[in-house]
Amino acid sequence: MPENLFKVNKEEYMLPGNRACQGCGLSLGYRYILKALRENTILTIPASCLTVLHGLYPTTSVALPCLNCTFASTAASASGLVAGLNALNRGDITVVAVAGDGGTYDIGIQALSGAAERGTDFIFVCYDNEGYMNTGTQRSSATPMGALTTTTPIHTKQQNKKDMLKIMEAHDLPYIATVSPAYPMDLYDKFVKAKRIKGTRYLQMSAPCPPGWGFPPKDMVKLSRLAIETGMFVLYEVENGRFSFTGRSKTLAEKGKRLPVINYLERQGRFRKMSLEQLSQIQRWVDGKWNEYVRRAETN
Amino acid sequence: MSRTEILTGNQAAAEGAKLCHIQVVSAYPITPQTSLTEYLSQAIESGQLKAEYVRVESEHSALSVCIAASSVGARAFTSTSSHGLLYMHEQLHWAAGSRLPIVMCCVNRGVGAPWSIFNDQQDSISQRDTGWIQIYCRDNQEIIDTLIQAYRIAELVKIPVMVCYDGFVLSHTMMPVEIPDAETVDAFLPPYHAHTILSPEDPRNINPVTFPWRRADQDGVMCDGYMELRYKLQTALEAAGETIAAVGRDFAERFGRDHGGLLWRYRTEDADVILTGMGSIATEATMAVDALREQGIAAGVVGLRVYRPFPKAAVREAFRDARAVLVMEKDISYGYEGALCSDLKAAFYGTEISAPIHNVVAGLGGRDVKARELAEVTREILDRIAAGQPEGPTTWLNCRTDTLTE
Repeated sequence: MPENLFKVNKEEYMLPGNRACQGCGLSLGYRYILKALRENTILTIPASCLTVLHGLYPTTSVALPCLNCTFASTAASASGLVAGLNALNRGDITVVAVAGDGGTYDIGIQALSGAAERGTDFIFVCYDNEGYMNTGTQRSSATPMGALTTTTPIHTKQQNKKDMLKIMEAHDLPYIATVSPAYPMDLYDKFVKAKRIKGTRYLQMSAPCPPGWGFPPKDMVKLSRLAIETGMFVLYEVENGRFSFTGRSKTLAEKGKRLPVINYLERQGRFRKMSLEQLSQIQRWVDGKWNEYVRRAETN
Repeated sequence: MSRTEILTGNQAAAEGAKLCHIQVVSAYPITPQTSLTEYLSQAIESGQLKAEYVRVESEHSALSVCIAASSVGARAFTSTSSHGLLYMHEQLHWAAGSRLPIVMCCVNRGVGAPWSIFNDQQDSISQRDTGWIQIYCRDNQEIIDTLIQAYRIAELVKIPVMVCYDGFVLSHTMMPVEIPDAETVDAFLPPYHAHTILSPEDPRNINPVTFPWRRADQDGVMCDGYMELRYKLQTALEAAGETIAAVGRDFAERFGRDHGGLLWRYRTEDADVILTGMGSIATEATMAVDALREQGIAAGVVGLRVYRPFPKAAVREAFRDARAVLVMEKDISYGYEGALCSDLKAAFYGTEISAPIHNVVAGLGGRDVKARELAEVTREILDRIAAGQPEGPTTWLNCRTDTLTE
């Protein structure tokens, strides 16, 4: 059961005046992630929107220690923190790596797979804004089909989004979960749970990006909810291989009232050149994934 | 008590690393460095060495692990060769830019394409501008001793140190090596105290985006911009030469072995001709000099131990009376000449040193370098100088340029 808002840690680790864009999905979600992680935490982050959020030398908007690392090295940097802390008998500190989809799905996947296979005791968070947003909206392997980006500027992205969560599941991790900034209690609970578990924990957050996706900043939460209502993004967790829906996705699975994906896509400028064929392909792709999740939930 | 054993270069390096109480090791196997990672794994799994070994999936990750481990205050070690070092390139800059005292062994090997597993120094020379200290060893005793010195140097000047030694020529060749006793090493090398420890007790954002201009912190104190940070690394590297020499002298007093600090000399007192190089090729040159002396040629060797920071003052002094200089090196800066040769010429600029300087590129991709051949090429170049050619094109030693295939 989700905790209620009054039980959330009152401390603020994200200070006022950060450099994230207005309506940034990452900044809302990150605030609750840090509240759940609390003080005894060291962060490591690669080049990404989060680098910008953390601020420019010599000031920072985040009140937890953070080691900036190179783009491809995030999970290796976390491995080094864990090893160094263990060597110094500080193994009680939680090491958390936070990367965008570029730093997770693409350039960071090798180090992440290595760290996960070694069972490194850390939390890896991917905030997925579905493209290289920090450099101004280029295509990544997390970009959905039909999206315009500055490197797919005319014909839109032709391939479906990579199923990163499935790749992480193949590493037999003790805990995998998806979270959304529109459901901070679900997010908070999952991070509180993740912090208690040993081994590699992988959490992926949907991070709607107003300038990159083409929607008004005020609609960020609304759009995050629509992603879930349509099944474009699904809230779930996998504990030692056991799949379960959570939060709003659980309700949807039980009551079976998913909205068509067009309700989500039509609110975003990035899909304005999408073909009808692509639209039906995405609907089929979402239905296929959803049915797979439902089957898994039923077999548990 | 110290003890003497017959060790390969890689074994000597492993013994040195153990004596330094390294706390985190992360490395990825590559020929000819591989056996060093195996010796350390053995030492850690058997409980002989208390350290964390992170068995990473790449060299890029290996150095990333060392950077993060060093940032929380652990003494970190890695080793690699050739393509492994090139794959670390980005992280080499990051480690030096972070001013972390990481020590790495670079077991020198040629670089592809085409593949070569054999020795030259193209790998480390091509990383000279990454902000690391580079020290080249001439034998296995120097490897173990330099490793022990390297942590002391790195932690004093807050700059990472690359201990370079020739693949196979040293890494896989056995020699008698005196292993110092642990108490003497402990007295020489105090435990590592990081300059900035990343910890929850004192939250900081390490290495964020830093602007070209200076910016004020929350108390209004102006802090360095990017360019000031670069200037500090450069001046620290320049000043590191004195520290390296001082650490070498202290080591000599405590352990009874002096490897020369920045450079070493062999029969240079009355030498007209000076052969110079780094690593095992300089050792080979000492035998060439013995042969040349028997033939009545007053030759000597200046071996460079430290390549970065470049020991400008020391080389000016060492070459002051030279009447001819032969720079023998296992690298090439494509489109120009050997990198050491260029650096030496630049160091001599504006001084009284006007000796002709000839460059001999040798031993690329493991091509054997014999003392006899070094003596022969020295005589040929001296003949050219006598015939009025002050500077010739770079000589490619023992390279069949006359029968190249189309």
